[in-house]
Amino acid sequence: MTMILAIETSCDETACAVVKDGKEILSNIVSSQINVHTMYGGVVPEVASRIHVENISAVIEEAVRESGVRMEDIDAIAYTQGPGLIGSLHVGVQAAKTLALLYDKPLLPVNHMCGHIYANSFVSELKFPLMALVVSGGHSELVWMEDEWHFEVIGTTFDDAIGEAYDKVARVLGLGYPGGPIIDKMARNGKPHYKLPVPKTAGRYDFSFSGLKSAVLQLIEREKKQGNVIVTEDVAYAFQETALYSMVSKTVDAVKTYQPKMIVLAGGVAANSRLREMMRQEMEQIPETELVIPPMYCCTDNAAMIGAVGYIAWKHQEFGSFRDSADPGLTMPGEIN
Amino acid sequence: MNKRIVYTDSTEKTHELGECLGRNVSANMVFLMEGDLGAGKTTLTQGIARGLGIKRNLTSPTFTILKIYHGRLTLYHIDGYRLEGVHQDLGFEELLEDDGLTVIEWAQYLEELIPEEYLKICIRLLENDIREFTFEAVGSRYEELLEVLP
Repeated sequence: MTMILAIETSCDETACAVVKDGKEILSNIVSSQINVHTMYGGVVPEVASRIHVENISAVIEEAVRESGVRMEDIDAIAYTQGPGLIGSLHVGVQAAKTLALLYDKPLLPVNHMCGHIYANSFVSELKFPLMALVVSGGHSELVWMEDEWHFEVIGTTFDDAIGEAYDKVARVLGLGYPGGPIIDKMARNGKPHYKLPVPKTAGRYDFSFSGLKSAVLQLIEREKKQGNVIVTEDVAYAFQETALYSMVSKTVDAVKTYQPKMIVLAGGVAANSRLREMMRQEMEQIPETELVIPPMYCCTDNAAMIGAVGYIAWKHQEFGSFRDSADPGLTMPGEIN
Repeated sequence: MNKRIVYTDSTEKTHELGECLGRNVSANMVFLMEGDLGAGKTTLTQGIARGLGIKRNLTSPTFTILKIYHGRLTLYHIDGYRLEGVHQDLGFEELLEDDGLTVIEWAQYLEELIPEEYLKICIRLLENDIREFTFEAVGSRYEELLEVLP
């Protein structure tokens, strides 16, 4: 039996969890700052780290209390080392080190994106080789995993992350932050009225959303110049269909070529209803690969997922040291540094 | 001469322009970039990264505000997009004192960070993918840099 206490502060959620054997969530406390950041139209780093500092002790205390596990019985402390906002990450790193020092526990530095992939392990046993489509405000990656501790990024965005493109388009349309859920909802009532260019990339499995973002801006400018009323729902529809289809078709292409046993969605944008629907539709043609769509609570940032990766790191004896620091640009194994 | 205007008509040409800058930039320089969403700030910075011999693909720093890349010089890629109307101490001043190159997008939202001397690059998307890059050099080191532009 292995008990991992996990801490996650990479962005705007202060989170702590206690996870048993990488599978069983004994507690999973998340304190979100989203309301604070909505005011600013995005996460504000200094505000984020200050709120993390205010919240971290209470969040850890609550996670330990709710788990019913004594600190003495914790085997290791896992924490998010990166990627993320530097100031936010530091808070979690310092908290983890402090606990490790105080209770004499080993440290397990974890990559946040690996955490998103492993969030799926709480709903379905992961089967390898596995392909993951990791999509969030800061990431858009196709990750190939031959086994549980091998991450190879076979495709990535060449400019903006998908979630960032959603945020920027939402801002241009005056829809507020975060842009993903709003555009998703608006697009439901949209019609195929506007046409946007399909993103092109050099790499077969790479993504690009910057050109699409510019195309939305140009579309709005053009319509304005011609004195046309801009139908926001239809712009949202055109943007969402184009962005998601380019991503899903590349993912399906990768699945056909690599033939994984399982394909999983991961990250905040995995909560997008159209992405989930499109993946289900497209994966029907490849029934031999199992599709796992994470429940909503797994898509947002939490510490349980860090605990799940921490458990794998524990199994592989991948311990960190007190010299390790937060790394905002931390890459997964297999990614070029 | 402290001002130059260059036009490009494709992503490749914008990358080439950036690469030219990246090859010729010297340590401890600061570039400020201004231009609307989709103007081509990150695309130009991708070229600069290539010119610095950075192998890793450079992506938008909007989400994390700061991204760091290691090449012939360290590239600090900062984005003020999310910081409109917010005054805060982000601790970026020390990066500017380092021997790297600092590229700041949406520099108008990070006024407190702007040093006395810099290269300002204003980008405008004209029609048919034609982009106008206006380079304005403040300081003799930056004026020399303008000479290498195509």
